[in-house]
Amino acid sequence: MINETTAVPAPASTPRGEPLLSVRNVSKYFPGSHSGLLGRRGTPIKAVDGVSFSVDQGQTLGLVGESGCGKSTTGRVISKLLEPTSGEIRFNGRDIAGLKPREMKSYRSEIQMIFQDPFSSLNPRHTIGTIVGAPFRIQGVKTEHGIKAEVQSMMERVGLNPEHYNRYPHEFSGGQRQRIGIARALSLRPKLIVCDEPVSALDVSVQAQVVNLLEDLQSEFGVAFVFIAHDLSVVRHIADRVAVMYLGKIMEIADRDTLYSEPLHPYTHALMSAVPVPDPRKERRRERILLTGDLPSPSNPPTGCVFHTRCQKFREELTDVQKNRCRTEVPVVTENAPGHEVYCHFPAPRAGLTDLLKTGAAT
Amino acid sequence: MSTTLPSPAVRPDGRKRAFLEVNDLRVHFPTADGVVKSVDGLSFELERGEILGIVGESGSGKSVTSLAILGLHKGSNAEVTGEIWLDGREIIAATEEEVRDLRGSEMGMIFQDPLSSLHPFYTVGAQISEAYLVHTKVSKKEARAEAIRMLEKVGIPNAPSRYNDYPHQFSGGMRQRAMIAMALICKPRLLIADEPTTALDVTVQAQILELIKQLHDELNSAVILITHDLGVVAETCDKVLVMYGGQCVETGPVDEIFYAPEMPYTWGLLRSMPRMDRDRQTRLTPIPGSPPSLINVPSGCVFNTRCPFTDRVDGDKCRTVHPNLEQGATPGHAVRCHIPAAQRQEIWLTEISPSL
Repeated sequence: MINETTAVPAPASTPRGEPLLSVRNVSKYFPGSHSGLLGRRGTPIKAVDGVSFSVDQGQTLGLVGESGCGKSTTGRVISKLLEPTSGEIRFNGRDIAGLKPREMKSYRSEIQMIFQDPFSSLNPRHTIGTIVGAPFRIQGVKTEHGIKAEVQSMMERVGLNPEHYNRYPHEFSGGQRQRIGIARALSLRPKLIVCDEPVSALDVSVQAQVVNLLEDLQSEFGVAFVFIAHDLSVVRHIADRVAVMYLGKIMEIADRDTLYSEPLHPYTHALMSAVPVPDPRKERRRERILLTGDLPSPSNPPTGCVFHTRCQKFREELTDVQKNRCRTEVPVVTENAPGHEVYCHFPAPRAGLTDLLKTGAAT
Repeated sequence: MSTTLPSPAVRPDGRKRAFLEVNDLRVHFPTADGVVKSVDGLSFELERGEILGIVGESGSGKSVTSLAILGLHKGSNAEVTGEIWLDGREIIAATEEEVRDLRGSEMGMIFQDPLSSLHPFYTVGAQISEAYLVHTKVSKKEARAEAIRMLEKVGIPNAPSRYNDYPHQFSGGMRQRAMIAMALICKPRLLIADEPTTALDVTVQAQILELIKQLHDELNSAVILITHDLGVVAETCDKVLVMYGGQCVETGPVDEIFYAPEMPYTWGLLRSMPRMDRDRQTRLTPIPGSPPSLINVPSGCVFNTRCPFTDRVDGDKCRTVHPNLEQGATPGHAVRCHIPAAQRQEIWLTEISPSL
């Protein structure tokens, strides 16, 4: 295992002008359940359907949306834990979408992952030293003072006591376990880390500690993050650019400040209007856009714009002619401002919402 | 209902009892490592029509308190002392049968995890109508009709056919709705919701909170909402109780807690949240350290090991003397802190509030 020769030469540094990660039209379909005569395959579940975005070196892209919108699947496709059905994933100037597991191995040290649940993502039979040191052993990386010294300095860096090298995961709290996961992801100094809801399971005070740690590590090591979360406040804090997903598609993508100050897609409006803010007076005055019904099935998504079945704008503001367009025509991207892309036939800011988020001063 | 329970509607001091009164509640669990003091001297009152939010980190005793009110520690090795008065009846001294009678009919509970709180072998409808059958003398047919009516009320589309579905056929939001239907079918006058929306998306959370508020208005029930999300509290509650290390460290009307909090722990909670309604901060301000051990509770103030303001108190008082819960700036607002009241308000206005 150790020092196995790699099939693919180590990737060169990013060519100038090209983003670190560039995802073009990537889809991931899961086969539907077998049904009917002769065990024919059912309709595929379109978990991710034609998603495009890019991430620059040292930057953070936030991926937000409800559960079932395909944000985690997108994260897993990027890190090649899942094979994309179609599309192109350019990492460091090379398309890695079609690489075989063997060829992927050298990329694994460059693309790492932090998982949501700090309880199930650490092997309970292994000590912290084994867990954080595993990437070195698997990749056959030699370190100057041995793996143990390297692991202990990493533990110290993420705020763990290096003397706990021989302890088991169950001896740590949720916040500490998440730090172990971070140390493991960072141990080989990757260029990109896919963080799948890394702070969702933590208490607010601990969550703030971990968010600060991730930011510190990003500026120290220059690593880029794809930060998957459903908490829009946390994403606003940590991300440079934010993509909003619904039913496997991107609805809106923009720089953080643009997206949070002038969201244009009705789905983004609904999401933002649902986030409770710790201010009782604002809460009493605010208008909430309640989405009716549940998420449609991704094996049989609505025609036209996938969001039209739950869209408040569609229900309340549009004329029949306009509605017909939503029902039949898949929206193509509208670039409102450079870098602000919206997939909606009728994008527009929503007055009451932006007022609340930006100024809404307490009286 | 039961005559064996003592039912004085007035307190020893002559004041009328509140609908729900918790006096000096202690829940201790003896373990091999020592006694875990999950709840240690908690008191509060709640009237019908009010929504109380209990906030705190994991392990602060929020859920253990709610289980004590429901009498669910009976039969376990927990040592429960103090008094819990629900509508003139005392729960801690009551027998298991008496509490079981109250549970479901007088008090309902919505649990955090709807998947593990619904039985996978029985249909959702059967589980909802069971509660109704146990507490009212009706036929199965009537119970079924009532359960369907409840499912419709909580917004399950196509309720009559969904009645026969199993829990795994429901989505997360729908399961939580089914839990609410189950908790409310007997129109309880006290509803305890333990992190009812933590596992849900924000959009579904907004729907569920809206539903709880709506049903609360309709039934005029008292509601206890346990959560760690201060945004949810601001949106839903009338009163707030902040718990830390098994104790109440601050309590008051919702506006007092959000606009004039006086306890450093509450400040810490407010500061550590990223907020969408304010300018983005370059850095979050977490509360340093981690929650205290409930076996070796810190001497003096429970929060002293993580409190950045202990230097504002003369001498070693924070580490040696346990502070009492004393009235803050306004009646109904109580704070457990050694910093003098005037100085606390000063710190909030000059140091904490501007940095939020």
